[in-house]
Amino acid sequence: MSILVYIEQAEGAIKKTSLEAVSYARALADNEGTGVTAVAMGSIENSQLAKVGAAGADKVLHVNNERLNAGIIQAHASAVAQAYKKVEAKTLILAKSSLGDAVAARLAIKLNAGLVSNVTDLPDTSSGYKVKRSIYTGKAFAETSISTEHKILAVKKNAVDLKTDGVEAEVELFEVALSEDDFSAKITSTDQATGDVLLPEADIVVSGGRGMKGPENWNLIEDLAKSLGAATGCSKPVSDIGWRPHHEHVGQTGVKVAPTLYIAIGISGAIQHLAGVNSSKYIVVINKDADAPFFKAADYGIVGDAFEVLPKLTEAVKALK
Amino acid sequence: MKILVCITHVPDTTSKIQFTDNNTKFDKNGVQFIIGPYDDYALARAVELKEQSGGSLTVLNVGEAETEPTIRKALAIGADEAIRVNAFPKDSLFVANQIAHYAKEGGYDLILMGRESIDFNGGMVHGMVGEILGMPSISPVMKLDIEGNIGKMAREIEGGKEYLEVSLPFIAGCQEPISEWKIPNMRGIMSARTKPLNVVEAISEETSTAVDAFQLPPAKGAVKLIDKDNVEELVKLLKNEAKVL
Ligand SMILES: Cc1cc2nc3c(=O)[nH]c(=O)nc-3n(C[C@H](O)[C@H](O)[C@H](O)COP(=O)(O)OP(=O)(O)OC[C@H]3O[C@@H](n4cnc5c(N)ncnc54)[C@H](O)[C@@H]3O)c2cc1C
Repeated sequence: MSILVYIEQAEGAIKKTSLEAVSYARALADNEGTGVTAVAMGSIENSQLAKVGAAGADKVLHVNNERLNAGIIQAHASAVAQAYKKVEAKTLILAKSSLGDAVAARLAIKLNAGLVSNVTDLPDTSSGYKVKRSIYTGKAFAETSISTEHKILAVKKNAVDLKTDGVEAEVELFEVALSEDDFSAKITSTDQATGDVLLPEADIVVSGGRGMKGPENWNLIEDLAKSLGAATGCSKPVSDIGWRPHHEHVGQTGVKVAPTLYIAIGISGAIQHLAGVNSSKYIVVINKDADAPFFKAADYGIVGDAFEVLPKLTEAVKALK
Repeated sequence: MKILVCITHVPDTTSKIQFTDNNTKFDKNGVQFIIGPYDDYALARAVELKEQSGGSLTVLNVGEAETEPTIRKALAIGADEAIRVNAFPKDSLFVANQIAHYAKEGGYDLILMGRESIDFNGGMVHGMVGEILGMPSISPVMKLDIEGNIGKMAREIEGGKEYLEVSLPFIAGCQEPISEWKIPNMRGIMSARTKPLNVVEAISEETSTAVDAFQLPPAKGAVKLIDKDNVEELVKLLKNEAKVL
């Protein structure tokens, strides 16, 4: 018996949030005295699979099927269900993500499993099975009990620290039986930013709002992000007007981020924006208006004009490195 | 085409979140309820699809009588009729079972809802309904067109989007910019009063999870302000105090 972890990849690289899910499963398995098996889909090099061992898995089931490189929801759900049965798991762990949610929901029905999403801590099994999850878009938590024998936990970023000192995991090629129905959704093309740090996975996010005045000024945001190895984000009006692509939009109706550092520049701090960033460990706000509501949610702040502060800040960061 | 849009009845995005009864109940005091913002996008797109290709548009909500003003708003925006499954939405599985049952009974070609509710943020109901009904479920969908029997969609992925096609019937969890929120006009509001709102009973009591208690996050300490002419100080604090650089 083993805890199963569903691993996501993009272009052959395993997602960091999935590795965190492996570390979460490791901590859980150590408490329960079981093992951790991960299941990974599609074409992935062994050097990438080695990271899964370092993050805490004992074993990796590799479904080396090209058709699964893309995140086809039904096909992934079918493959994970087969891995789950093979290792006689009672618990499935995965990272909360757009694909993770969609796959987990189908698996909840397939496996008769109670599913809890946005999990922020290890379960408390002292009486029953209780997990803490984030609700109301980060504004509260709910202590949730799961009553079913089988359980699925979709873990929020930063729920546990990523482990990197695990042992080498045994990699086993795993054949799954998939039907044409599993591929009824046909992916015709993808349109993906390459080479950038992905926003939902980033440890540092540099985000700009309407105070940046126009897309032509985004080089200031990008320079700071580059100096920090950060992803770039923006407020909703900025993506609505088309200054930035939609996948950078942070907040209640956009991406919810949980970086260790969120730097907000020229963003007023409307409650709907804060809803997407309130899980950040530290928040820095740069705004020329000392009364901007964002300062109330910030750890550090600079009252000043972004166009003056940003170049200086980028230089100061570069000087440090 | 028969379209079903499932909507949640949730606190307005500016609501102060508080709990009562020893942190076991949401405090509705002073809270305004709205159609979930993601569901509202789904509804707006459904109204446009119906305008383009005809057919019918039904909204469904699993909720107690208090949700009827929210349902009426969806009728005012352009739905033809509504179903309220008369039950407190206990958990995702409970809601998915109700939706799957009534969706099957109604024989809908397209079932839309928001990518997630903004109260519990689970993002699970569309996938569960899909699996129960053996239909494809796609989420989060940011663009949706129907050409003949085929749905053409863009799904948001981390750092970009993926374009895909799937045959009707299917389920989609929607988000912006699939459409723009629609504000009901006077005629819509008047006609909504007489559109059918059918109240039906829950078909299953099954749940798999339960909330034992709620909790608020700890209050944030005061912000530390750094002079704009001394940005090096900020970098030092981030490195030595916060230890994030
Ligand atoms: C249902 C709903 C959902 C929503 N969802 C989201 C969401 O997901 N994400 C989101 O972001 N918003 C969301 N909003 C919108 C939100 O309410 C705000 O309108 C939005 O966040 C404001 O964006 P902003 O801060 O960039 O712009 P503004 O509010 O216009 O603020 C601009 C800020 O820049 C500052 N500024 C101007 N010039 C400079 C300068 N030279 N240097 C430094 N600072 C400067 C100003 O002082 C101001 O504080 C939602 C709204 C609703 C109703």
